[in-house]
Amino acid sequence: MENEEQQCLEDRFKAKRRRERIEKGGYFLVSFGILFIVWESVRAVGLIDPKLFPSIHAVMKACLVGLKDGSLQMHIYASFMRVLTSFAIGILLAVIFGFLVGWFRVVRLFLDPVINFFRALPPIALIPLMIIFFGIGETSKLVVLSYAAFFPAMVVIYQALVGLDPIYIRAAKTLGAGNMEIFRKIILPQLVPHIITACRVSLGVCWATLVAAELIAAQKGIGAMMVDAQNFFQMAPLVLGILMIGAISLAMDAMVRAVERRATSWQEKMA
Amino acid sequence: MQEERREQNGIVINRVGMTYSGIAGNVEALRNVNLKIEPGEFICLVGPSGCGKTTLLNVIAGFLEPTAGDVAIDGRKIQGPGPDRCVVFQQYAVFPWLTVRENVEFGLRLSVNKRSSDETRQIVDRFVDLVGLKDFENAFPKELSGGMKQRVAIARAYAVNPEVLLMDEPFGALDAQTRQFMQESLLQILEKERKTVLFVTHGVEEATFLSTRVVVMAARPGRIREIIPIHLPYPRVAATKTSPEFIAIRASIEKVVREEFQKQRELSCN
Repeated sequence: MENEEQQCLEDRFKAKRRRERIEKGGYFLVSFGILFIVWESVRAVGLIDPKLFPSIHAVMKACLVGLKDGSLQMHIYASFMRVLTSFAIGILLAVIFGFLVGWFRVVRLFLDPVINFFRALPPIALIPLMIIFFGIGETSKLVVLSYAAFFPAMVVIYQALVGLDPIYIRAAKTLGAGNMEIFRKIILPQLVPHIITACRVSLGVCWATLVAAELIAAQKGIGAMMVDAQNFFQMAPLVLGILMIGAISLAMDAMVRAVERRATSWQEKMA
Repeated sequence: MQEERREQNGIVINRVGMTYSGIAGNVEALRNVNLKIEPGEFICLVGPSGCGKTTLLNVIAGFLEPTAGDVAIDGRKIQGPGPDRCVVFQQYAVFPWLTVRENVEFGLRLSVNKRSSDETRQIVDRFVDLVGLKDFENAFPKELSGGMKQRVAIARAYAVNPEVLLMDEPFGALDAQTRQFMQESLLQILEKERKTVLFVTHGVEEATFLSTRVVVMAARPGRIREIIPIHLPYPRVAATKTSPEFIAIRASIEKVVREEFQKQRELSCN
């Protein structure tokens, strides 16, 4: 009887979730649809010189041409790998340093001022220096992007660690947990959602910095593609580059959010 | 009971004193507290706020080290927190990232209480059942009411087979009806699985209803003012609270608590 009731409730809950997902998908399509309509009508009315702003059709054609000769894939792959590699390096270091800074008060007091200084410093500001240090090859880009991924993630992780509720540690101690067990079974599970948040923030910053890094010196990558297009006054590939960066960054964020939903289903959500 | 023979001598609190030194000078939270708790007793600590009842509980739990005296359990002096003195907190402290079942299992998976997986399963089954959460064993705490969360905490404590349950205002955050229900549930659980309990509360009625002895504490410095045995027979039910004996005992304890409260107010006015 009670089970049946619960089953019924669960079904209704699932149906509601499904409806919400469809609703969200609908709004997604509509809002982008409107964006494209505005784009085309602005051109049609003549508010913008059509030479300076390509039609959707032209951008799609540039996309197809790029896909056919493989140059688009190559650029996307180059950018993607840069972001992924430096994101991985940045997050790994952020987790390690986040723990050190969050766990040891002395380390925190010592490093806090410096952290805040570097956090306030936009990663792009490092590019000229890094080019002198490491040349215009991959290394300088990886350093700048890893740096971009590192700071926001580390700050999220260490602040989460500082803000943990000590009641769970006390509860574990009174059940007989040792220090390592407290770390593995109490601290880590509570940090998982924050580490995922850190990943989201870092990925966003990484993509934002990527283009700046590629604009300056790169043969491959979406940023490089855009610079080439700019040099030859090819508006379609230029706009295509912008759309690609937005779309890939959105897709990556959606992926992280999907992981987040699975990993944090135990949390009480505001919405 | 779990197949483990322990020497049962209860808890001996021997001349415990606790002084916090702070910027504003020293605060004597406990002075010369002596109490012997027999196995199977239900002791409630009541008193005005600031009388050191939670401090005393934290000393017994091992979260605080007393500045004078010591506490022994079955003849062993306590050092730090441990599963022989499991605490149930007012804020539930049920791990939100684990299901009900995993919460109850938590203590048994720690190296100090490690058991075979068969035995673990049996113990968890028994205590999830004992607190009446069989239908919710796969639910996460966010899906539970306050009373249910507290029952998870009780089952989790029971699972590691502590010598004594230390309960720090466990029903303080619950509404009046749920609190009454939880008081009765706790007595029923104890009826089935006897444990020594030390219970901190503000409520004289709650203390009278639950305990075998009520310890009234006085503030500044925190010390034991009076120990009142409650000779009401178990099982006690909701109707017990309206019986004339109950009302008389409650009134006499309330009088002592009120006197202490009054003294404290006069002190702080000076």
